[in-house]
Amino acid sequence: MDPSLIDWSRAQFALTAMYHWLFVPLTLGLGVIMGIMETIYVVRGDEYWKRLTQFWMKIFGVNFAVGVATGLILEFEFGTNWSNYSWLVGDIFGAPLAIEGIIAFFMESTFIAVMYFGWEKVSRRFHLASTWLTTLGATISAWWILVANAWMQYPVGMTFNPDTVRNEMTSLSSFFTVAFSPMAITKFFHTVMSGWLTGAVVVVGISAWYLLRRREERFARSSMLVGSIFGLVACGLVMLTGDTSGVIVGRTQPMKLAAFEGLEDGSEHAPLTIVGDMKIPNMLTILATHQWTGFVPGINDILNGGYKLPDSTTALSAEEKMSRGTIALEALTLYRSAKNKGETEKIEDLRTRLQENLPYFGYGHIRDKHDLIPPVGLLFWSFRIMVGLGSLFCLIFCLLVFLQYRKQLTRWPLLLHVAVWCIPLVYICSQAGWICAEVGRQPWAIQDLLPINAAVSALQSSSVRVTFFIFLVIFTLLLVAELRILFNVVKKGPQIDETTSPNT
Amino acid sequence: MISLDFLQQYWWFLISLLGGLLVFLLFVQGGNSLYHSLGHDEASRRMLINSTGRKWEFTFTTLVTFGGAFFASFPLFYSTSFGGAYWLWMLILLSFVLQAVSYEFQSKVGNVLGRRGYRILLVVNGFMGPFLLGVAVATFFTGSDFVVDHLRLSDISNPIVSHWGNSWHGLEALANPWNLVLGLAVFFLSRVLALQYFINNVRDDVLESRASVRLLGETALFLLCFLAFLGRLLTMNGFAVNQQNEVIEEPLKYFHNLLEQPSVLVIFLIGVALVLVGTIRTILSKTYRRGIWLSGTGTVLTVTALFLLAGWNGTCYYPSLSDPCSSLHLSNTSASTATLQVMFFVSLLIPFVLAYIFYCWRAIDRQPITREEMKKGEHLY
Repeated sequence: MDPSLIDWSRAQFALTAMYHWLFVPLTLGLGVIMGIMETIYVVRGDEYWKRLTQFWMKIFGVNFAVGVATGLILEFEFGTNWSNYSWLVGDIFGAPLAIEGIIAFFMESTFIAVMYFGWEKVSRRFHLASTWLTTLGATISAWWILVANAWMQYPVGMTFNPDTVRNEMTSLSSFFTVAFSPMAITKFFHTVMSGWLTGAVVVVGISAWYLLRRREERFARSSMLVGSIFGLVACGLVMLTGDTSGVIVGRTQPMKLAAFEGLEDGSEHAPLTIVGDMKIPNMLTILATHQWTGFVPGINDILNGGYKLPDSTTALSAEEKMSRGTIALEALTLYRSAKNKGETEKIEDLRTRLQENLPYFGYGHIRDKHDLIPPVGLLFWSFRIMVGLGSLFCLIFCLLVFLQYRKQLTRWPLLLHVAVWCIPLVYICSQAGWICAEVGRQPWAIQDLLPINAAVSALQSSSVRVTFFIFLVIFTLLLVAELRILFNVVKKGPQIDETTSPNT
Repeated sequence: MISLDFLQQYWWFLISLLGGLLVFLLFVQGGNSLYHSLGHDEASRRMLINSTGRKWEFTFTTLVTFGGAFFASFPLFYSTSFGGAYWLWMLILLSFVLQAVSYEFQSKVGNVLGRRGYRILLVVNGFMGPFLLGVAVATFFTGSDFVVDHLRLSDISNPIVSHWGNSWHGLEALANPWNLVLGLAVFFLSRVLALQYFINNVRDDVLESRASVRLLGETALFLLCFLAFLGRLLTMNGFAVNQQNEVIEEPLKYFHNLLEQPSVLVIFLIGVALVLVGTIRTILSKTYRRGIWLSGTGTVLTVTALFLLAGWNGTCYYPSLSDPCSSLHLSNTSASTATLQVMFFVSLLIPFVLAYIFYCWRAIDRQPITREEMKKGEHLY
């Protein structure tokens, strides 16, 4: 296996996922904000709110198109670049993806047409329903893809079938185990709420820009009000689900948590590192276990084993896991050979040997225990960027809501400037979050089951390198075009007839 | 408990139906390849682009769902074909990616490539998309060069299950003339459908008469390619899987499939008849505008029947040229019973999905596109 093939395949997938994740959060968040605004329009019958909705829909439409384009590539890259992965887990992973297509994509693509072209062709209520259904479709789509992603982090609900050489669902209840695993639920809410936060930051930032230039003031104040209240709610939910995420990651992906913290050696009272030597005593234990005392393993502990796991068993060392993984792979080969030769007396023994060592199956493909450590520096700083910026947004939204309540918003131009700068920051924040989730899982494509070196397609590295650069050029071009279009839309403004200007 | 065999047949039927719907919806790409030559001025070209621009997401979504359904129901095909015929699929995807933004971006200020640039991308998609999809589908009959070996998974030096037999990774499909013939058939069919769709969806006398004239030539080219491929299909050998799960070569396999499955034969014949009736009536009558619905339904039925010929009746739907034993058929590629069952229940929602698509489509298309709408419309491309 050419190591550069794995690197280029990872690079291509990371490139596609990160570009895709530039566009999706805004779709999720702005969709809800548009829905709220159009609901106000329908309830009040005030044309002003219709104009407001239509302005944000322009931004939504441009962003949506690029999200769809990058999403198409992402779906098919599972097959084109990760064919072994697709075969080994297609039985579990494919179902959420197909359901996403049947239920969510059609809902999105059908009602978005009514949303854009139906203002004069359908009733107000039908149009409002279409706007909400477009957003609902996007959100359901996020649900299923995040179910699939959560399963890669925490594989549950499947059984390895040595006859078909893949992981399979065995009953209808397995499907519900996959669809409603704690990891899937938390991941869905944390990710979608972060999308809401992105939408709120963008709406508030653009509104702040208008207020600073003293133009479109009524529009900007209305949008700011909806955006900041929505953003504050989203912030609270992101923090809550982030906390739950921490506990689940600590329990199911301890190496990822250790890498977030750069924690080499664990303890019963692990401190939380802010940066450098600034630490909050015992805080990591509290966040990771929700208890005052609880062992949080460090990287060395996980490699060397020997500590007590939450279920009171003792953790195996990496070498032991790798050795048991090798036994599992050998048992599989012998099982298949015995099956082909009809050696029935051996089949059961080999099946038992395989089952006993199955939890370590993926470790059989690991050659060096140090390969089990994800890039610590990247994760340590990504985690801090995500949490730090998330906290900043919460603070900003609190201040904005308070100042609007006190009708003092324009007396704080510095805050408005910060709100504008939060637009690029929120994208950095969500990309950092995605890096935490995905790079933190390395070297696994599926945690403990399938490392990336056993998941790729058998391609020439040069082919993947070429497509990587093709996608890099295309996606970058699309991003630049989108940004320029959006800047022009914002610069031109909503052009609403502002007959009244509230005195705030 | 629904049997695995039934679920495999059922899911192949749904894949076939999605394939049929996808080919019908390629009228968007057909429109992209025609808009420049069919439109006689900027206003008419704009009408054509706005007409297909309101439907492109259906094609796109059907393509994505087609892939997702294959992944879920027949994952070994997904991993073998997409991971092997890498370049063929990548070219198809690229053409659709470029199209996805081109409608939305082309009329926006600051779009970097300019209106002309995005329209060129639409044309590229219009030619490449249907042609390459046709080539890819043709390999379901003509075969590809791959080997599948599950035991490789325990070989840590090279644990990949599916291997492609050459370094062209899918481009070699372009060297088989019969693949090209089906590619051209799908391409011309997309244009035939597009012309009938424009006649139905756009109100402009000049455009309608130009579309009607073009329809004759495009139909002739489509029929030439389609009948040539059909002739080849019904006389070629195929690979069958017998009761012992062994792959054997069978002369006239697809012809036998047609005779041994009267329901497929009926679907196929009705489909072809509907395409011909819809198209010929549109050519002959200046007032007949509903040809797209007959031709569209006919396309769905015909393509569905072709997919059923490829996969039902114990046929290897993805034959391997280098190792016939590696050929893919329903039983050696399908997902587990539990997965297919879950998706079976989800698929019961499909009629509901089709119903709301139909309702919304009608709501948007109740009034045809006119020059006036292009002047005052609120969301135009």
